[in-house]
Amino acid sequence: MTTTPSGPIPSGLGEPEPAVLSFEDLEVQFATDLGEIRAVNGISLEVRPGEVLAVVGESGSGKSVTSMTALGLLPKNARIGGVVRVTEKEVRKLDARRLRQMRGKDVAMVFQEPQTALNPVLTIGDQLTEALQLHGVAFGNAAKERAAGLLAAVGIAEPARRLKQYPHELSGGQRQRVVIAMALSCDPKVIIADEPTTALDVTVQADILDLLRSVKEKLNTGILLITHNMGVVADMADRVAVMLQGDVVEVGSAEQVLVYPQHEYTRRLLDAVPRLGVGRSQLGVSTEAPPIITDEVPALEVKNAVVEYHQLGKPSFRAAEDISFTVHQGEIVGLVGESGSGKSTMAKCALGILPPTSGSVAVYGQDFKKLKRKERKALHKRIGVVFQDPAASLNPRLPVGDIIAEPMTIHKVGSKEERLRRVYELLEAVELPRNAHNRFPHELSGGQRQRVSIARALSLNPELLVADEPTSALDVSVQASVLKMFMTLQAEYRFACLFVSHDLAVIDMLAHHVVVMENGRVVEQGLREQVLHEPREQYTKRLLAAAPVPDPDDQRRRREERHALLAAFGDKVVEIGDVPHVPDLPETPEQ
Amino acid sequence: MSEINQMPDAGLIEDRSYSQGQLIRRRFFRHRAAITALIIFAGVALLAYTSIGFGPVPGWWDKNYTATYPKIGNGEPTLSLTTFSIGEHPFGQDTIGKDYFALVMRGIQRSLMIAFGIGLISTFIGTLVGVLAGYYRGWIESVLMRLTDFVIVVPTLVFAAVLGQMVGGVLGLTVVLPLVLWTGLARLVRGEVLSLREREYVMAARAAGASDLRIIFRHILPGTVGVIVVAITLAIGAAILLESTLSFLGFGVPPTDTSLGLLISEYQNAFTTRSWLFWFPGLAILTIVLSVNFIGDGLRDAFDPRQTRSKD
Repeated sequence: MTTTPSGPIPSGLGEPEPAVLSFEDLEVQFATDLGEIRAVNGISLEVRPGEVLAVVGESGSGKSVTSMTALGLLPKNARIGGVVRVTEKEVRKLDARRLRQMRGKDVAMVFQEPQTALNPVLTIGDQLTEALQLHGVAFGNAAKERAAGLLAAVGIAEPARRLKQYPHELSGGQRQRVVIAMALSCDPKVIIADEPTTALDVTVQADILDLLRSVKEKLNTGILLITHNMGVVADMADRVAVMLQGDVVEVGSAEQVLVYPQHEYTRRLLDAVPRLGVGRSQLGVSTEAPPIITDEVPALEVKNAVVEYHQLGKPSFRAAEDISFTVHQGEIVGLVGESGSGKSTMAKCALGILPPTSGSVAVYGQDFKKLKRKERKALHKRIGVVFQDPAASLNPRLPVGDIIAEPMTIHKVGSKEERLRRVYELLEAVELPRNAHNRFPHELSGGQRQRVSIARALSLNPELLVADEPTSALDVSVQASVLKMFMTLQAEYRFACLFVSHDLAVIDMLAHHVVVMENGRVVEQGLREQVLHEPREQYTKRLLAAAPVPDPDDQRRRREERHALLAAFGDKVVEIGDVPHVPDLPETPEQ
Repeated sequence: MSEINQMPDAGLIEDRSYSQGQLIRRRFFRHRAAITALIIFAGVALLAYTSIGFGPVPGWWDKNYTATYPKIGNGEPTLSLTTFSIGEHPFGQDTIGKDYFALVMRGIQRSLMIAFGIGLISTFIGTLVGVLAGYYRGWIESVLMRLTDFVIVVPTLVFAAVLGQMVGGVLGLTVVLPLVLWTGLARLVRGEVLSLREREYVMAARAAGASDLRIIFRHILPGTVGVIVVAITLAIGAAILLESTLSFLGFGVPPTDTSLGLLISEYQNAFTTRSWLFWFPGLAILTIVLSVNFIGDGLRDAFDPRQTRSKD
């Protein structure tokens, strides 16, 4: 099947094959204005051919820095100690020219954001042939043919036509496939994949992971997979290394680390991962759903809402079509969907920022469209909002105290002292120290910022809270603590909540009701137990099957189930096709 | 898990409470270059206004900028720095014997007034147009930006000369010149506002029911301070230059009065024989423009909360 010179060797049999990528006592320090910062403290890792080593850790743990040393791509203020080997070459002893030769040919990189990893002003063909020509693999028409072959191998239909297209004409998943094709173009011995699926939807993520897995199995390429997602680790990894603040705290097979973790940090990390199917009990917060009072006016009632975005000189774009759902008082409704499904659009409608083109969005029986200015302001007072990216949703020029007090100031609630007292109260409620009130957002960590964001949303005791992906920019352990706090606060204040998320596990943990959206339409809605555990619609089934769980055995079973499901729907499992053979090259093809 | 969350909190233990204004002031006063520039600038202004007096207020300098005095030698500066003495005419005398120190001081007064008047008024107009166009979009933006384009298309000098002639006098100039100088800033501010209005924190404020005015003043304008301050400092420099150009062409400051630009242009032919007639007003312009630039630098840094706190 494969045409690599080395030939297929079954992985995981424990034959002592030489490592294709190894770090020995790697140390990295950055010299900054504030003094030396240690990013990596003497770690040793190995990636063997046909093996996936997953490096997991939260932001700032040094996992990306480690991978960058393998490519010799760290900035100049980095001081590196120890040995980094790619195949038999010692990376730190190579000069600039040999380093360039090594990149792409021995070790290739798959980046997180396919949008930014591809140059928007060059065609896919130009970018694919560039690497081939730089490394002297092929030139001119031969390079084009090879590029088409690579695209076909990663499962892109009509490769010849795609070569002439620009990155924006492809979907996110296709772009990531192109990035993988580029990485494979010179037949590298090892691929470094830095969060390769973080920017993708779950169903696309599952496809890309299938593709990477087949690359490992068929081409015998070693993969260093950097990720924070335990589900992805369980799905892909043969071995796992857990990093914490520049140290590897635990290394072992995927089974050992994920099922029988030894180190305390690993255990904490795994406990924090929301698990699909466990439900509301996972964080140890009360689980019973509140009695839903249907004769009261619902907190939010969306009826046949249609939202269109008008574009100059183009037909208007329909972001939401005939959406209806209800959020009752005291209940959390999860709105799930992939990117472009219109879920954030519906959140904006509920906030009254975006009026629906037709249909009605009523908050406590009042439609924003039909209200006068004063009444609208009064209605805004009853709604709180938490946005996805805490870095973007807090004004960087205001201190935290002012940010939290902002809704009170807008609605002229209380005197200055009363507001300050309320700010202290809220800071306490979101588990932040009091003196945080005169800090600026950039002085806080991501999780702390999101707590500030939640405190602001709660400052006026809202009856309805709209949360648009409030935890997707956070690390798992931070996500867990924020969600736990969120649930405690909800249990205490009993506000109604529209919780928008792409993460089914988070929704499973929080919501009473679930609404599933696809391409601007509601596909399925109902009680959480029913929608997430016995889905009726094909789309929901696909979505659920694609979400990885952090247990290798479970995940293997789920993967096989997903493949069976795909077969039942008449889809194929993504696999690497025949990669064009790369001829053996002289060592110095460049001038 | 608690440990993970407590680690970043460690930085929050120390408790010091400053209001935003205090923080900005502290950061500005910590900016050494800006403070030096502020002192120099204040010194220059003080010297100019106290020496020859202003309006009915008499100054401590005994000579007048309109009167001619008997010429001493070729009118060289009598200022000596080696054995410090001011002498009769520290900056020398011009071709007909006027005291050049008094003239330069008067020039500084006039130039400062014109430059600051123009800088502030043009910044105000530019910011207003830019914010309205960027925030409200739609037809407001179309009208305002086409107006901006129109003003840009008409040659600045012609526009300013005609308007200046219509109003006349130094005050007229100060009011009229901003009408042609606001365009660049309007475009810059509009661009900045266009990006700021899409920020999530603006959406959060809107969702909380904030009025447009509040959003503009509290969430959008502070974000444009960097652009505005840089533009003011550049506009002040540009205004001094434009004023001297107009004066040179005869459309600027009327002849009995004077300004730094006028002094330079008037005596530019005398440069080879009487270089002091060029040096003193030139030095004054340089000092003013440079110090204003440094002050602007300090202000911009002070308004940026992302400055490191390590020096606090």
